[in-house]
Amino acid sequence: MESKVLEHSKASEVFNKDKERVGWHDETLWFVRSKRDKAAHNIPDWELLRSTASNIKHNVLSNMHDYLVEFEKNALANGVHVHWAADAEEHNKIVHGIIAKHGVTRMVKSKSMLTEECHLNDYLAKNGVEVIDTDLGERIVQLRDEPPSHIVLPAIHLKKEDVGETFHIHLGTEKGNKDPQYLTEAARHHLRETFLTRKIALTGVNFAVAQTGEFVVCTNEGNADMGAHLADVHIACMGFEKLIPRREHLGVFLRLLARSATGQPITTYSSHFKKPREGQEMHIVIVDNGRSTQLGREDFRNSLKCIRCGACMNTCPVYRRSGGHSYHNAVAGPIGSILAPNLDMRKNADLPFASTLCGSCSNVCPVKIDIHDQLYKWRQVIVKEGYATTSKKLGMGAMTFTLSNPAIYQTGGKVGRWFMRNIPFVVNNGLNPWFKNREMPEPPKESFREWYLNNKKS
Amino acid sequence: MSSRDKILAKIAQNQPEFSALPDLKGLGNVYESPAQQFKTILEGIGGKVIEFSDWSEIKAFVHEHFDSNARITSTLPELADIAELDWVDNDPHTLENVDFTIIRGHLGVAENSAIWITESLLKQRVSAFIPQYLAIVLEANSLVSSMHEAYTQIGMEEYGFATFLAGPSKTADIEQSLVLGAHGARGLTVFLKV
Ligand code: SF4
Repeated sequence: MESKVLEHSKASEVFNKDKERVGWHDETLWFVRSKRDKAAHNIPDWELLRSTASNIKHNVLSNMHDYLVEFEKNALANGVHVHWAADAEEHNKIVHGIIAKHGVTRMVKSKSMLTEECHLNDYLAKNGVEVIDTDLGERIVQLRDEPPSHIVLPAIHLKKEDVGETFHIHLGTEKGNKDPQYLTEAARHHLRETFLTRKIALTGVNFAVAQTGEFVVCTNEGNADMGAHLADVHIACMGFEKLIPRREHLGVFLRLLARSATGQPITTYSSHFKKPREGQEMHIVIVDNGRSTQLGREDFRNSLKCIRCGACMNTCPVYRRSGGHSYHNAVAGPIGSILAPNLDMRKNADLPFASTLCGSCSNVCPVKIDIHDQLYKWRQVIVKEGYATTSKKLGMGAMTFTLSNPAIYQTGGKVGRWFMRNIPFVVNNGLNPWFKNREMPEPPKESFREWYLNNKKS
Repeated sequence: MSSRDKILAKIAQNQPEFSALPDLKGLGNVYESPAQQFKTILEGIGGKVIEFSDWSEIKAFVHEHFDSNARITSTLPELADIAELDWVDNDPHTLENVDFTIIRGHLGVAENSAIWITESLLKQRVSAFIPQYLAIVLEANSLVSSMHEAYTQIGMEEYGFATFLAGPSKTADIEQSLVLGAHGARGLTVFLKV
């Protein structure tokens, strides 16, 4: 996207203009977070499960080369075409090449944050290919010409009135009808027609198994399956970090993913694709796009363990009160803020500052990524590399964020006002309004204030 | 150098020192009554469990819930007199107007009510997704407690496609309101053979 991006703090100011909506957004995500807590508490071995998952991912990072070679060998033996893309552009070219080879101009797609990261839809549109997103939330934002604002809940920033209006304009639903049941039914009919008439389906990948060459795609709606099983060609796109060593490890990750994401015991469909169906063609595109660089950054490589559950976003006080779009990156929230600077440090220099470092993200992360530590470390890197000084006042960006966003920071009431008057940057002191009625996370290693004092000279 | 070789070379150079895989011992609950747990979870996510011992009970269910012009398909020879069985070699698109499908599942998982179904039971991959309503026949003694047990049983089983299916298709993408029947089946009934 060429258009000028608004810094996170500015964008969240815009988001905060509608106070009622911000409160609603905050509460909706907190509701999802609470469902996650309940699901986690129902599993006695939850903590063991998290550390096992984290250790499996650690093994994957440490043996990535061999696992990728093993995965490729097995996928090829399964009759799947395997492609490698060094960056977003190559990924888009490969996908377009497959589509063009089949002489097709229309494709269905299920949710894939990777294709958002690569801006595949824009690329294909420029090349005359129409893409229809089939996840309901993604279809809603696609019709509105917006990017998803959340990796699991793409339309979480919208109210049902908004969706009703969008569907009225694009799908011809009754004006003013905002009943979710009615609107979902309209989308079901509209997309069924699409599934039945498209020859190429693209899906994301949640997990790819080195041992067997199969990959697993998780959805609640069934859209990935409806697309893939009715199309002549199935293209699956994955960042290389989606690998796991063995099939049995799926047991660990499938137990964690949906519980962390939405509090469900498992997604409705966890589909294992190993071979193309008879007469079908199957392609896997393995993408780097900066991941191999991140793998080499000792402080940040753990971000590659992410299974994209969205729990860190749902719990993040800044995300909840600033909205996904304010992060100007395909992946928003805390995890997006540690992935984005790796892709483009200048453009994303503001994101590691869009955090209170409260640590709630690290506490809920199912693969135990030290998210808030990494945010803190990115700040240091960004200041050191000079991106903070060129971007205006970014040296004080942390403070700028909190001070310029009273609507975010001050939840109102005595405590909030006291807080604003006194020391707005001391984080974990129990007076911070973020923490009101919230589960208290472990304190960060260095407080915000210490960080500020240590870094303001540079 | 191809992108493949470049990517792999950079990964080899940047990956951290080898760290061993953890074992999976000690993971997973063991439920006293997997059937009870399975039922509770499935009902919690919008599905239904019906215990049966004779096929006539399933037939009676079908007569009760679907009228005579509903299109009903199955893979079970036991249900030949109430369902089409000869669709398995047709183009999958021809299943578009199926109202109710009854298939078998290999095993059910108590902790999350997911049912493991491979291509050999689906016959057509899309058959579990495209009908308006779905039913799965499961042997009560095929229930396991946890996903770990399930994968131990699955082992290195060969399949082209397989899925863990839990409950009806659903979405909450409009203001977090749960709606059943997004793109897949609107309802799931599990016939548990006891
Ligand atoms: S960083 Fe952790 S919590 Fe956030 S999306 Fe990734 S796996 Fe989920």
